[in-house]
Amino acid sequence: MSTLARKKGVGAVIWDYLTTVDHKKIAILYLIAGGFFFLLGGLEAMIIRIQLAVPNNDFISAGFYNEVLTMHGTTMIFLAAMPLVFAMMNAVVPIQIGARDVAFPFLNALGFWLFFFGGVFLNLSWFLGGAPDAGWTSYASLSLASPTHGIDFYVLGLQISGFGTLIGGINFLVTIINMRAPGMTYMRMPMFTWATFVTSALILFAFPPLTVGLIFMMMDRLFGGNFFDPALGGNTIIWEHLFWIFGHPEVYILVLPAFGIFSEIFATFSRKRLFGYSSMVFATVLIGFLGFMVWAHHMFTVGMGPIANAIFAVATMAIAVPTGIKIFNWLFTMWGGSIRFTTPMIYAVAFIPSFVIGGVTGVMNATAAADYQYHDSYFVVAHFHYVIVGGVVFALLAGAHYWWPKMFGKMLDEKLGKVTFWLFFIGFHLTFFIQHFLGLMGMPRRVFTFLPGQGFETGNMISTVGAFFMAAGTVVLLANVVITTVKGKRVGNDPWEDGRTLEWAVSSPAPEYNFAQTPLVRGLDAYWIEKMEGKKGLTPAEPLGDIHMPNPSILPFVISLGLFVAAFGFLFHQDYAWGTPVGVVGLLITLGAMFFRSIIDDHGFHIHKEEVMEAEKKGAGA
Amino acid sequence: MKKWLRNWRLVSLVSAMALLLAGCGKPFLSTLQPAGEVADMQYKLMLLSTAIMVIVIAVVTIIFLYVVTRFRRRKGEENKIPKQVEGSHTLEIIWTVIPIILLIILAVPTVLYTFKLADVKPMNKKERDVVVVNVRANLYWWEFEYPDYGIITSQDLVVPTNERVYFNLKASDVKHSFWIPAVGGKMDTNTDNTNQFFLTFDDKRAEEAGRLFYGKCAELCGPSHALMDFKVKALPRAEFDQWVEKMKNAKPVAATDPVVKRGEEIFNKSCIGCHAVTPVDGRPEQARLAPNLADFADRSRIAGILEHNEENLKAWLKDPEKIKPGNKMTGTYPALSDEELEALTKYLMTLSVE
Repeated sequence: MSTLARKKGVGAVIWDYLTTVDHKKIAILYLIAGGFFFLLGGLEAMIIRIQLAVPNNDFISAGFYNEVLTMHGTTMIFLAAMPLVFAMMNAVVPIQIGARDVAFPFLNALGFWLFFFGGVFLNLSWFLGGAPDAGWTSYASLSLASPTHGIDFYVLGLQISGFGTLIGGINFLVTIINMRAPGMTYMRMPMFTWATFVTSALILFAFPPLTVGLIFMMMDRLFGGNFFDPALGGNTIIWEHLFWIFGHPEVYILVLPAFGIFSEIFATFSRKRLFGYSSMVFATVLIGFLGFMVWAHHMFTVGMGPIANAIFAVATMAIAVPTGIKIFNWLFTMWGGSIRFTTPMIYAVAFIPSFVIGGVTGVMNATAAADYQYHDSYFVVAHFHYVIVGGVVFALLAGAHYWWPKMFGKMLDEKLGKVTFWLFFIGFHLTFFIQHFLGLMGMPRRVFTFLPGQGFETGNMISTVGAFFMAAGTVVLLANVVITTVKGKRVGNDPWEDGRTLEWAVSSPAPEYNFAQTPLVRGLDAYWIEKMEGKKGLTPAEPLGDIHMPNPSILPFVISLGLFVAAFGFLFHQDYAWGTPVGVVGLLITLGAMFFRSIIDDHGFHIHKEEVMEAEKKGAGA
Repeated sequence: MKKWLRNWRLVSLVSAMALLLAGCGKPFLSTLQPAGEVADMQYKLMLLSTAIMVIVIAVVTIIFLYVVTRFRRRKGEENKIPKQVEGSHTLEIIWTVIPIILLIILAVPTVLYTFKLADVKPMNKKERDVVVVNVRANLYWWEFEYPDYGIITSQDLVVPTNERVYFNLKASDVKHSFWIPAVGGKMDTNTDNTNQFFLTFDDKRAEEAGRLFYGKCAELCGPSHALMDFKVKALPRAEFDQWVEKMKNAKPVAATDPVVKRGEEIFNKSCIGCHAVTPVDGRPEQARLAPNLADFADRSRIAGILEHNEENLKAWLKDPEKIKPGNKMTGTYPALSDEELEALTKYLMTLSVE
């Protein structure tokens, strides 16, 4: 059964990926799907910037602009940033804690396919009558008034992909609690693993409110409910609360892994252990906790009254403290170190000033009375792009360059990587810095055009030019990926030479079973400790033996496909007679697949000791 | 100094200056040129928070630049293993306590102003002596009702200067948000409830801004969200009172010009179902489906966005969809011939209280 070192045809490779439950392959799936949606969201961003380049532009129509704007936000958050974060987690976390896989490999695959089908479903709206057009926040009064099926695609697509995310989060929680190698105590876990741990807890608590909101809206739009209709006793503000109780923690769900990625990179390329590790852990947990206490700062202008506004203002400011702790800890990790400016490291270095700007404008937004001016203006657009691009996207690009050799066995080209960085970095600041001023000068956000004579012309033109720089950077990155895949040289275990954590102790890419022998962890930065003592490998915690592995399965794919079909049917149940039957068939597919999953006794298989030894010999020579 | 470096400095200096000068925006629109008590408070908070944040950025930048230049790996250091430092309690306490102090400095005025700006007691007294405006936001137009004077106008809000003007805010279809950037922050117009707040229009600065502030819808509300502008005429109290009197006493004038008369006929046939032409409109708000046109000829813009002239008015009447996509007027009246357009335009341009 072992698939080690076996040449396969294209069909077999596709079947392998459709059925895989291996966290490393699932990481690649997340990377490809997330990368695709990232390009799609980027294309939408370019359309937005072209439309806003000059006043009174008619590049696209007002209605279509709202669809593009909605899909840009929704795609980037749910379908690009989230899965790319999951790609990093899947690729790295199990190896970082010395495990052979996640706790529930089957669920891991299910999580991916749910996300994937949810994302595809959402994007089908482009071809089936129009995409959602009420913004990624989809505020209830506007989304209930939207005449097309766009919002229905949003509501159903996000429910499906949201289940996937929730499943993924639970899986990582259980994995990190239960699957750590001997000696890997909580306070010896790498920072990225800590970030994944806290993030997964946030997912666990943040996604249910979103699901509740989405179900309410689904009821209202498709099944005659009235949760959000004030005329019938509903209330639209409830949607705003539910959405932001999810939406604010979502920011930290994205940015905490980003912090984790940078923590790894700073330590590695400064050749120093992370400064203030325990306070970093503390800060991460605190940010996660406070992240749930501040949602209403998105609603300062809703009319909640001064008491609520004041409380949420102060709570929001408090988050700046643990975030500041992190910034200084990173700076002092580099202090006294031996800094090597590789591509991941320059992203990390550039992240500090970029993110600090996003952070301080966050505190400015927290001052409720002044936020009445910032709210829903381009100032806010500038702020959250500084946080999400300057924080999350920089981290994902850095992480992709950093772990690319671990995922694919080849290094991305450093020269092209730096070209991407500079184009992206310059473009980013060019695009978004000026937007702070546009907002302060009175430009509301989410406008499809602006009239001349209001002083918005120059700023918008600069912003559009910047966007083209970012697009150019992305094109170079794609070229880099292609060139590396075709021509790149194979690398060994520790291609950056300064790897500190367990993933750098195994071959690149890691073998199917990760560790021939589960390692014994003797401290923080377990691999670094071994290296400093002059050892080549890790200290094993068990004798070499047969390794138990889970069987691949097509069921996760089928379960997700069923929900996709069901959503499709129910979406059209008011328009066509086939709607309800198709919906029911879809549910039956899902439930049937779940039934088979329950009754089939799947014991997995073993990779025998001899096979492991042979594979290790080859891996070591690579 | 190298030549390119000098040139680069010059260019960046000039562009920074240009940015600073242009960076403040227009006096009738920019939050950076506050024109009243509320905007002043918010501007002060902006300056305070910006100052604190610039300090933070400066400190981080100095450490940052020092670290990335001083500790880069140089030739011959390939095998150097730096000291593995665990952390420093002193430093950690410093960078925890100092931010907390900075935040307290910021939090105190924030809380204070938040409460100050929420003080709407004077408008809710039984015997009130303040100007109150009921703002009703509709898909792409604004209605301004003065309940104490019994008059209604739309698109152009008229307010007295140098006193607090109080607002009741609500929406009749989807959520919008009421924002006059130069005069004060926004407040949402919800579909569920009425919000209240106040603004003050400073007379001197209103004069400097041409006595016409720009107002915006700040909440995505549909295709023409970007075009849901309104204007604010800020007048000295005496002139405001005169305007109120004129509005109260406005009487329809019998048309003498045959073209205007023809226009009035068309209006009474096709338009009057939605548009009122008298400022005193006793119908409930559900019946007030479109902007009140009593003082239409006195307005500053056609449809809230176009220059106020006959040509634009004709263009609007001919095809409103082209000007404000998704508006509620398109298709509610029969197509107009050129002759009818001319007559209707002439008639609308006579609707004035001045």
